[in-house]
Amino acid sequence: MKKMDIRNKTYGDVLVLSPEGRIDHANSEEFRHSLTPLIERCSVNGERLVLDLAGVDYVSSAGLRCFMLAEKQAKSQGGTIVVAAMQPVVNEIFEISRFTLVFETFVTVRDALAKVSPAALKAFDTAW
Amino acid sequence: MRVRFWGTRGSIPVALTSADIRHKIEQALELAIARGVDSSEKLKSFIAHDLGFSTSHTYGGHSSCVELETGRAEYLVCDMGSGARAFGNSIALRDGGPPPVINVIMSHVHWDHIMGFPFFAPAYVPGARIRIHGCHDVIEQALRLQQSAPCFPVDFSRLSADVEFVQLKAGDSYDIAGFRVTPKLQRHTGGSYGYRFERDGKIVVYSTDSEHKLEDPDETRGFVDFFRDADLVIFDAMYSLLDAVSVKEDWGHSSNIVGVEIAQMAHVKHLCMFHHEPAFDDDRIESVLKETIRFEKLTRTEQPLTVTAAYDGMEIEL
Repeated sequence: MKKMDIRNKTYGDVLVLSPEGRIDHANSEEFRHSLTPLIERCSVNGERLVLDLAGVDYVSSAGLRCFMLAEKQAKSQGGTIVVAAMQPVVNEIFEISRFTLVFETFVTVRDALAKVSPAALKAFDTAW
Repeated sequence: MRVRFWGTRGSIPVALTSADIRHKIEQALELAIARGVDSSEKLKSFIAHDLGFSTSHTYGGHSSCVELETGRAEYLVCDMGSGARAFGNSIALRDGGPPPVINVIMSHVHWDHIMGFPFFAPAYVPGARIRIHGCHDVIEQALRLQQSAPCFPVDFSRLSADVEFVQLKAGDSYDIAGFRVTPKLQRHTGGSYGYRFERDGKIVVYSTDSEHKLEDPDETRGFVDFFRDADLVIFDAMYSLLDAVSVKEDWGHSSNIVGVEIAQMAHVKHLCMFHHEPAFDDDRIESVLKETIRFEKLTRTEQPLTVTAAYDGMEIEL
């Protein structure tokens, strides 16, 4: 199974994942295979996770299902995932599909870090 | 070709309550006051143009029953949910001639899809012919079972009509009442079957009680082919996508989002959301419809897809 390249960067105790492009029926399984090992780092004693969707133009139902599987995996490990920086189209798709009921969403990655971890916010502000 | 919906609700029939009616009246009158409606003429125009569907109408509460007009002296209907009672009564009103010939196409035999049959008036008419077509081998058993004591007072054996059961096979095509009919197996507890109907260059697909597993591209492609170039797809859009992939996964139903996606891939002209969640009131169904129309616009890449929500009594002319 091919993997999709997902940029990831750590700020303090938070892992920020930044996929890019479309996540649809054509590549959702590649995305899921890339995502799974990264989610393993998200647990009660491990890193928390921010999905930075600024670079994602479109998410189909198959892509949203990957997010749901990631959320289930993180939850079973005691971790949390939040979503940030969605483009307007993706934001609407999240709302219409009701995914906003499961994922806490933030306008920017910085807003997400501010909520999730003061240490991560400090690391982020220092880096930028 | 005309398609007429006699029952559109999923799982169990529902009825408007007194509180629901009062809510509609309050909504309508408040809006009328705000619009300054103060004459009978203004009132008629107000009702016709200013009230939303969920205030001026209801989506209804009968379970699955959809008629396809055949253009000849026989009938074709999908499923025998509680909507079949009104359908059966309408036959007596429309015909007045010799006993009718009715072709029933069964998606499956879960209760909400067969419960109208004991109240289907033509079944009690001597000389009427009812041909029940389906891919399951338990259709006769299920219909006899629901009319056996102690559950129902009239045993199936006492029906006056000539009832015949016709076994179909998924993937094969059949000539039924002038339609070319092709069944397809769908994912649902016990299996369900969707049907593609073709006649005079028009295509209607009836696909209810069908869950779409998003991790299997081959399965998706199979449904894209089944829906391809249809003028109308009647689609099980019972759940939100969130519910369909989480708490209600494997419950055998699908979502508005997946309906739009498959219909777009298949170049369908009209997607009609069907098998509405019984917990949803009229406001909620209308709200889901508006969101689905918006989703279609957001994701449109080629020809526009018309999106509607079925209601009891709705007719679609193709």
